Amino acid sequence: MIRIWLTMLLLAQQCVYGGAQTDPSSVTSVFAPESTPAHSILHLVHFVFVITGSIFVVVFGLLVYAVVRFRRRADDDGKEPAQVYGSNPVEMAWTVVPLLIVVVLTLTTARIIQDIQDAPKPAGALDVQVVGHQFWWEIRYPKYAIVTANEMHVPVSLAHNRTPTFLDLRSADVTHSFWVPRLAGKTELVPNKINTMWIEPQRTGLFLGQCAKYCAASAPAVAAGRRVFERTSCINCHALNGTAGNGRFGPDLTHLMSRDTLASGVVKNTAENLRAWIKTPDRFKPGVLMPAMNLNDQELDQLVAYLVTLK
Amino acid sequence: MDTLAHQIPSAAGMAEVAPPGKAVLDHLHEWVVTVDHKKLGLMYIIYAIFFLLVGGVEAMMIRFQLAVPNNHLVSPQAFNQLFTMHGTTMIFLAAMPFIFGFANYLVPLMIGARDMAFPRLNAFGFWLTAFGGLLLYFSLIGGEGMAGAGSAPDVGWFAYSPLTSKAFSKGHSTDYWTLGVLVGGFGSIATAINILTTIICLRCPGMTLMKMPLLAWLYLVVGGMVLFAVSPLTAAQIMLLLDRFLGAHFFDTQAGGSAVLWMHFFWIFGHPEVYILVIPAFAFASEIIPVFSRKAIFGYPVMVGATVAIGFVSVSVWAHHMFAVGMSSASNTFFAISTMLVGVPTGMKIFNWIGTMWGGKIRFATPMLFSIGFLCQFLIAGLTGIMLAATPFDWQLTDSYFVIAHFHYVIVGAIVFMIFAAIYYWFPKASGRMLDETLGKWHFWMFLIGFHLTFDTMHIPGILGMPRRIYTYAADRGWGTLNMICTVGAVFQAAGLLVFVLNIVRSLRKGQPAGNDPWDAWTLEWATPSPPPEYNFAEIPMVRSRRPLWDLKHPTDPDWKYE
Repeated sequence: MIRIWLTMLLLAQQCVYGGAQTDPSSVTSVFAPESTPAHSILHLVHFVFVITGSIFVVVFGLLVYAVVRFRRRADDDGKEPAQVYGSNPVEMAWTVVPLLIVVVLTLTTARIIQDIQDAPKPAGALDVQVVGHQFWWEIRYPKYAIVTANEMHVPVSLAHNRTPTFLDLRSADVTHSFWVPRLAGKTELVPNKINTMWIEPQRTGLFLGQCAKYCAASAPAVAAGRRVFERTSCINCHALNGTAGNGRFGPDLTHLMSRDTLASGVVKNTAENLRAWIKTPDRFKPGVLMPAMNLNDQELDQLVAYLVTLK
Repeated sequence: MDTLAHQIPSAAGMAEVAPPGKAVLDHLHEWVVTVDHKKLGLMYIIYAIFFLLVGGVEAMMIRFQLAVPNNHLVSPQAFNQLFTMHGTTMIFLAAMPFIFGFANYLVPLMIGARDMAFPRLNAFGFWLTAFGGLLLYFSLIGGEGMAGAGSAPDVGWFAYSPLTSKAFSKGHSTDYWTLGVLVGGFGSIATAINILTTIICLRCPGMTLMKMPLLAWLYLVVGGMVLFAVSPLTAAQIMLLLDRFLGAHFFDTQAGGSAVLWMHFFWIFGHPEVYILVIPAFAFASEIIPVFSRKAIFGYPVMVGATVAIGFVSVSVWAHHMFAVGMSSASNTFFAISTMLVGVPTGMKIFNWIGTMWGGKIRFATPMLFSIGFLCQFLIAGLTGIMLAATPFDWQLTDSYFVIAHFHYVIVGAIVFMIFAAIYYWFPKASGRMLDETLGKWHFWMFLIGFHLTFDTMHIPGILGMPRRIYTYAADRGWGTLNMICTVGAVFQAAGLLVFVLNIVRSLRKGQPAGNDPWDAWTLEWATPSPPPEYNFAEIPMVRSRRPLWDLKHPTDPDWKYE
């Protein structure tokens, strides 16, 4: 059993720090923090883990010892062993020691709760408002009057000039949960309630997050669809606020779904038409400059799932 | 003691045989109208085993869907129904009936009574539970609703608002959940009243509270907790029905209601509920471990005190399920403290069980194998619980697969393991036959290996950011291999369960005759024939210590000299 545990730990390590066949930016490990709150949490985790790990070693050791040492032997005389009904000093010891451990743990926990939840907002902080929808994120930057979807751009915070991002979390419908593991713990977006949290990334990068409440729809496809958009040549021609797409050849796709038709009036703007269009634009509009994208069926499905969220 | 000797009939092992020529319908009628605690107990347990298997099938479908990335074995909508039904079934239709079934069967026997205090209320409680479950499953074919499998509930087993409001759950899935569980809840309250009254009023002469078996003490605490916990759930469900049908807005956030209010109501039920489920597991351990270690339980008064402490403290921890909801730092700190505090009396019990084994002569029969598994696994589950009690850690890991791994470690690793132990231990008493030891060991090892493959591994996807309840995931998240391992483990567990069911079916017909006291145990139920006659005891016994049969078997060295 111990060997299995070690292998698991090593597997986890590999995934966390190496990523056998996975892109490191897509492995959202709690053990790879890149932001102040996530760092604080990891420090606490290490501390708690040392204590609980030690308790495990001691108690499990006693259990294994008892099972081995006090098993009935083959040459047993059949007499009952000495009946011991209890021991006050022993009971006292294993009440007081755990209580002390709990005191230490709770004091530490209280401090980290305070550090994170009651952190003062520095002058250079960026304010971002997140509104959860079924099934997409609305991101607003009040200071810049910008509204985008699904992707958030925040500044890197430097030690001498801290610019964390403070998030105001609301919901337009049901309860959602904002979770970017490498940046912070999760906080829920509860309708009729305003929650706040903050992140403070210390280096540039793409950090993946996911709503931690369930989606009755194809949430993973949406995220994958956006990746399809960004990794193929779509971005070369089409601008899309909130992504790397900034091409000017083709139409801007921001708020794509707010349009009634595709391809400037050629067909109605529906998911099926969108899919067919991307597959072979030429069929709808002969001579169009958009080439067939040669995506496979799965990529097409994901891409369409993403594009239909661009309201 | 004299009285007790008369209880052991000369024709030992005389099983209750149906008179010749009794028709099947007569048998069925006897069971349907029974108010006998033993029959009702068995009916609860059979019901629970059936729904354990149904919930298990739901789990297998979840695991097969998640085994590889981007899977499309089931639709997202069906997946939501699967995890909702899996959780609701396992808690309300498997775990609760198991614990009430054992309470019903064992408590009167162990305290020297002839039946529960209110036999008809007992039957009423059982049938309410049974019909609540049928109503829940009727949802698969009843009503209108989402595409696919009828209106099976799909809002999660905790049915959070406002997802359950009419606006977001237009069909009847939420209503089936609400009504099915509500009806069963009344059954639970009925049984709790019975357990409390029976233990307080019907103990045999000489059996003071501090002389009754630990199982009785623990069920006393459980009875109180059921009364405390089920009421808020029932209240919340009625409020939800008012919201959905009569224009109320308790939880209707679009009209100013509160989603957080539902959470408070639900978890003030939900947390004591899990202690309601685990304390009977403690009760079984406290009866089984001493017998197979050949020693009295270590620290009986402390065990009583610790359980009462757990009962009280556990009602103050509920909002640790709500750490991410946006409560103040003061509230979060309070619940972190209370949650860690409840770990102290719980941990003490583990030490006392080890203390019981210490210096003993341990026999590794199947009940003891499952009990040892329980001890290791409950230790680990408790420690991951302490980790989650550290609020900032919970902010990362709540609603992730780490939490799923933690609570399955408790529910399967501790509770289900002890339910298996209890069945292997008391099956001979209830049926007059032993379960097969070889099949029992196969069951144990296959289930143990499967359990660890699945639930040890499952902590890791949580740490790697995998949220719960998602129906699939992308291939580049690093979760694929880990999920596959979890699924393989589930297959082992399923195999172990099948061996178990096979064992029961075969042993009922061809098992070795058990006799009154196959394990050489010490509590009153082993003084009756296997199975016991309907009246349990010809004469109500009189006891002088916690282990009346030890006193009988060791007249020169009885317990009452030392207790």
